[in-house]
Amino acid sequence: MNSSVSIKDLSLNFGAVSVLEHLDLEIRDGEFLVLLGSSGCGKSTLLNCIAGLLDISDGQIFIKGKNVTWEEPKDRGIGMVFQSYALYPQMTVEKNLSFGLKVAKVPQAEIDKRVARAAEILQIQALLKRKPSELSGGQRQRVAIGRALVRDVDVFLFDEPLSNLDAKLRSELRVEIKRLHQSLKNTMIYVTHDQIEALTLADRIAVMKSGVIQQLADPMTIYNFPENRFVAGFIGSPSMNFFSGEIVDREGHKFVRVNGVDFGLDAYPARSPIEAGRKVTLGVRPEHVKVDESLPGGEFHDAVVDIEEPMGADNLLWLKLAGQTMSVRIAGSRRYTPGTPVKLSFDMSMASVFDAATENRL
Amino acid sequence: MSDIAINKPVVAMSGPKGRKPKPLLSPRNIMIYGTLFVAAAYYLLPLYVMVVTSLKGMPEIRLGNIFSPPVEITFEPWVKAWATACTGLNCDGLSRGFWNSVRITIPSVIVSIAIASVNGYALANWRFKGSELFFSILVVGAFIPYQVMIYPIVIVLREMGIYGTLTGLILVHSIFGMPILTLLFRNYFASLPEELFKAARIDGAGFWAIYFRIMLPMSLPIFVVAMILQVTGIWNDFLFGVVFTRPEYYPMTVQLNNIVNSVQGVKEYNVNMAATILTGAVPLIVYFVSGRLFVRGIAAGAVKG
Repeated sequence: MNSSVSIKDLSLNFGAVSVLEHLDLEIRDGEFLVLLGSSGCGKSTLLNCIAGLLDISDGQIFIKGKNVTWEEPKDRGIGMVFQSYALYPQMTVEKNLSFGLKVAKVPQAEIDKRVARAAEILQIQALLKRKPSELSGGQRQRVAIGRALVRDVDVFLFDEPLSNLDAKLRSELRVEIKRLHQSLKNTMIYVTHDQIEALTLADRIAVMKSGVIQQLADPMTIYNFPENRFVAGFIGSPSMNFFSGEIVDREGHKFVRVNGVDFGLDAYPARSPIEAGRKVTLGVRPEHVKVDESLPGGEFHDAVVDIEEPMGADNLLWLKLAGQTMSVRIAGSRRYTPGTPVKLSFDMSMASVFDAATENRL
Repeated sequence: MSDIAINKPVVAMSGPKGRKPKPLLSPRNIMIYGTLFVAAAYYLLPLYVMVVTSLKGMPEIRLGNIFSPPVEITFEPWVKAWATACTGLNCDGLSRGFWNSVRITIPSVIVSIAIASVNGYALANWRFKGSELFFSILVVGAFIPYQVMIYPIVIVLREMGIYGTLTGLILVHSIFGMPILTLLFRNYFASLPEELFKAARIDGAGFWAIYFRIMLPMSLPIFVVAMILQVTGIWNDFLFGVVFTRPEYYPMTVQLNNIVNSVQGVKEYNVNMAATILTGAVPLIVYFVSGRLFVRGIAAGAVKG
């Protein structure tokens, strides 16, 4: 596939503070890429660099094969949607949408056509004569998306567009952005700290920490096969259960021994054989553990129910196992009272084992 | 069962109920209104004396009761102050000074605000190399006493060939307004959301397009603040008016001083009072007309995050 946006060896520093260091990223044509990370990880900074709003210190940026490293934002073929909507308060919705085109001296007939089309796609025809102050948050964000839409750009950049909205609107607009991407098939780069947005929207997710991309993969790979402990802990709610232990060898079979409890690694898809004696961290997601049900080839571990959190569809159990608290997700219909002893069975084929020192997947 | 009980209280409520009564003459109210009254009287009494005196004839003033209202109202002192009062050099009253002040104030206000707003916009949004240093130097300029700079400026104006002219004085006023106005505009523009500026850049607007089409329409309150500061400051200026102009270009304040201090004949208190009120009328009107916007602008610059 063709590459739409290509970032080569990008570095950015403010004085002595290095924000992004030797970052490489290839974004495919028509791809929905999400930059995910907690605040201060450099994801918005990277987006601003792509937009041309920040001058980079070193490296190159290509958009559609054209080197735009030194280009002005308007010449990069990008549209951008901001967290605070950034609508011009003194202009009507229509003027907001057409401002960029007016600046570019597009003929009025063409402007009208494009504004009408964008308004239709986003269902904001009725709002065209209103001022931004007369719109709700969701409507404002729609207008902000429309402003990128009318300019007929190659790449859409979203900077936490849904963070200022309430939960219900957020999930509605999330679906709309996904629908927009499916119909337009533009390249979209989307910055967020919300893992649900990332998992639901993305073709690929780039998880960032301290200006470095930790893992770049499709959402399911990120979720099920995290590259390191940071990614494993960052994605998923409730968080993945982690157990510190050591690899032991029992009659040719490898186990992770945690406080005297052994977890067999026969089903674990290790990248290379893991030698005995190595200090590791075992990670298991709450839904990859069965309670009082056996898995093929599985072994049972004794645990005690500590707290039960019914969530409607699911029921979250907090259990004590090997002297540690862990969470398990079971069907909402199955209820346990605290103090009940249960038998757990781990799906080790979906588990993750990380080196205790490097925190990388083994 | 229980919800029926909630909907229909059986027992009548006793004890305090509903809105808490607030006595009008509480110690708190007496303190607040008392203080406000004293402060208002303190500021209004001199104005009252001036207005009353300016409406009296000289014989009535000689009776010496400055607080008594005029027995016979006369507007003659006002006419004299405006048109025929003598300053020692000529006898055409304050009118000459008024028009001089208008010709000084209007261009100075327009030029200084136009330049300072662009300065503030550039410093807030287009951070260039050394912009912080430039800004610091400008702010320091606001704290240098005027007196230090008067003589050097006289020399500069003389070398430029505009010493003693209105142009020279307008130039001086524009430059001296620059530090405080730039600070004002920079802080205001910095308080506007940065993402608006970014969005405009993505939309392809350049330096001037963003200034005129995005920033300017959002900045009416701060322009009003700047205008009030400049109009009152320049109108009330005395020092620069005396130093940098010739007598025929003296602004109204200097003219007023010359009328009040002229030593020929009797002191005409009523004419002096009328002349003073006339001179102060312009800043007063500006405050009354735009006071509401002024408060809003000050607040917007101060707390808007």
